[in-house]
Amino acid sequence: MTDSVVLTGVTKRFGDVLAVDDLHLSVADGEFFSLLGPSGCGKTTTLRMIAGFEFPTSGSLTIHGEEMALNPPNERPVNTVFQSYALFPHMTIEENVGFGLKMKKLASADIAQRVKRTLDMVQLSHRAAASPSQLSGGQQQRVALARALVNEPQVLLLDEPLGALDLKLRQAMQVELKDLQQRVGITFVYVTHDQDEALTMSDRIGVMSDGSLLQVGGPQDIYEHPRSRFVADFIGEINLMPAVAADRDSVKLLDGQVLMAAHGAQPGQAVTVAIRPERFTLYRPDDELPSGRSSISGKIIRRIYHGDVFVYDVETAEGLLEVKEENRPTIEIFEIDAPVTVTWNPSAATVIED
Amino acid sequence: MALTEIPDPVAQELESDAERVASRRGVLIALPSWVYLTVFFAVPLVIVLVYSFATRSSTGLTRLTGWNLDSYRRLFDPLVAEIAMRSVVLAVATTLICLAVSYPFAYYIATRAPKWRNLLIVLVLIPFWSNFLVRTYAWRIILGSDGPLAQITEALGMEPVRLLFTNSAILIGLVYGYLPFMVLPLYAALERMDWSLVEAARDLYADGWTAFRKVTWPLSRPGVIAGSILVFIPSLGAYVTPALLGGARTTLLGDYIVSQFLAARNQPFGSALSVAVMSVMLVAVIVYFRSGAKNL
Repeated sequence: MTDSVVLTGVTKRFGDVLAVDDLHLSVADGEFFSLLGPSGCGKTTTLRMIAGFEFPTSGSLTIHGEEMALNPPNERPVNTVFQSYALFPHMTIEENVGFGLKMKKLASADIAQRVKRTLDMVQLSHRAAASPSQLSGGQQQRVALARALVNEPQVLLLDEPLGALDLKLRQAMQVELKDLQQRVGITFVYVTHDQDEALTMSDRIGVMSDGSLLQVGGPQDIYEHPRSRFVADFIGEINLMPAVAADRDSVKLLDGQVLMAAHGAQPGQAVTVAIRPERFTLYRPDDELPSGRSSISGKIIRRIYHGDVFVYDVETAEGLLEVKEENRPTIEIFEIDAPVTVTWNPSAATVIED
Repeated sequence: MALTEIPDPVAQELESDAERVASRRGVLIALPSWVYLTVFFAVPLVIVLVYSFATRSSTGLTRLTGWNLDSYRRLFDPLVAEIAMRSVVLAVATTLICLAVSYPFAYYIATRAPKWRNLLIVLVLIPFWSNFLVRTYAWRIILGSDGPLAQITEALGMEPVRLLFTNSAILIGLVYGYLPFMVLPLYAALERMDWSLVEAARDLYADGWTAFRKVTWPLSRPGVIAGSILVFIPSLGAYVTPALLGGARTTLLGDYIVSQFLAARNQPFGSALSVAVMSVMLVAVIVYFRSGAKNL
């Protein structure tokens, strides 16, 4: 696979503030790549540098092999879908979508045809003559998408494009966006703070914090094998237990219990054991446990019913653990104060070196 | 939903009662301004309108008998046309210069960090802290034959520039006086500009100038229209500035109307002139707003 966007040692300072710190990233051609992180982590600044709205303080940025770090936005083969959509309020939908092609000085017949085709694709041909303010949020979103895609950019940049939509519409658009990306085959670089969005749509995710890229990987890799506390904590719910590395396959919890868990840390090194709540299974203390499972005993102190799952807070010697049990007809529902054994498959435990 | 159980006529009566109370309260709140505007604005305006149809007696008094259109006929006098044309040219020039100077400045203010914006706006307003007449007299000194301007140009070995009592002096005075009225609405329009729209234009292959032409300018047009009206109208009827800086050599609409009331003692003609100028301004404003409103 060829590289589409490559950032090498990209740093961006605003005065004294270090917004992006020595970023190395390579996005493959045709990939759906998400930059995920909390607000202020530098993900939007990174996107804006790819778009050309900000220039890196240092470092190199290439798009399809060409150095573009200092090119103005109009001289880059990329287009942006803005968080606020940024539709021109004084132009019709048709004029909005045709703006880029007009700037490229295409023949007006070509423009009309491509605008029509793109509006068809987002199912908005019937609103071509409307003005942006007459459209609903979801429709405006699709116009913003059409306005960028009609130019057939090599890379499409999306800055939290679904942020302003309500939950149902957002979920529908997630699926629609992913389908669209596969159909047009354009590289998408997608900025979001919503881990759900990143997990469902992306081919790969880059998790950012404080201007640094912490981990890059596929959704499953990021979710199941977080390499740092931050990534583990930011993506989904997770239980963290402080421990000390014992031999190669085990760690010792603070109370002395030895757990099976693969890791690469030196014996004696402080580590954190991370386990997702849904990887736990609860048993009664007198139940016989299946062989090979790790366990810790505790007491239920809270139970929350979510419909599809029950969430328990279990007090243990290692602190409070959150346990998620799927609401199947066969499960046992535990009451508050009931003594339980929290169990898990050793492979579910990820060891994070502190 | 207890309200829906009330029979309709009762509900309607309650509603109209509430409306009546609300509208009565509205009248009370607006009463002082109604009185003020009626006494000091509407009544004088009606007097001017009535006088414009009256006759001037041989002694210069206005006789409120024998209504006629003589004063309006005099408006087509070539002298009036010449004065009106001169005033319009000067007002248009003032408006265009104000726009050319203010737009970059308003743009600059609107794109500063918020903490600097207020400071810069205060700087624009500082001239208002002293009286307009006083400031116009200051221009007399600056532009006068022994003034700083003449001295500087002389010291530089050039012919000393003497602008006082010329049309240029009037233009300088008008631009100076009305500049804030252009800056403020332009700033207001540019300050609420969504700059991501400009970024979107740049992203869609527009260069900086094209993005300005296609996005920034059209979206700031309400400010351009408001500012132009605020500058053009007072410039057209300006009296103090031409009287002080233009001397007696060129007559403009403002001094011409004043001279009809004070020197020529022809109140009906002065009134007719006033009515004509106001009507033309009103029509111009309506047309200007309509043309701009289409694309807002």
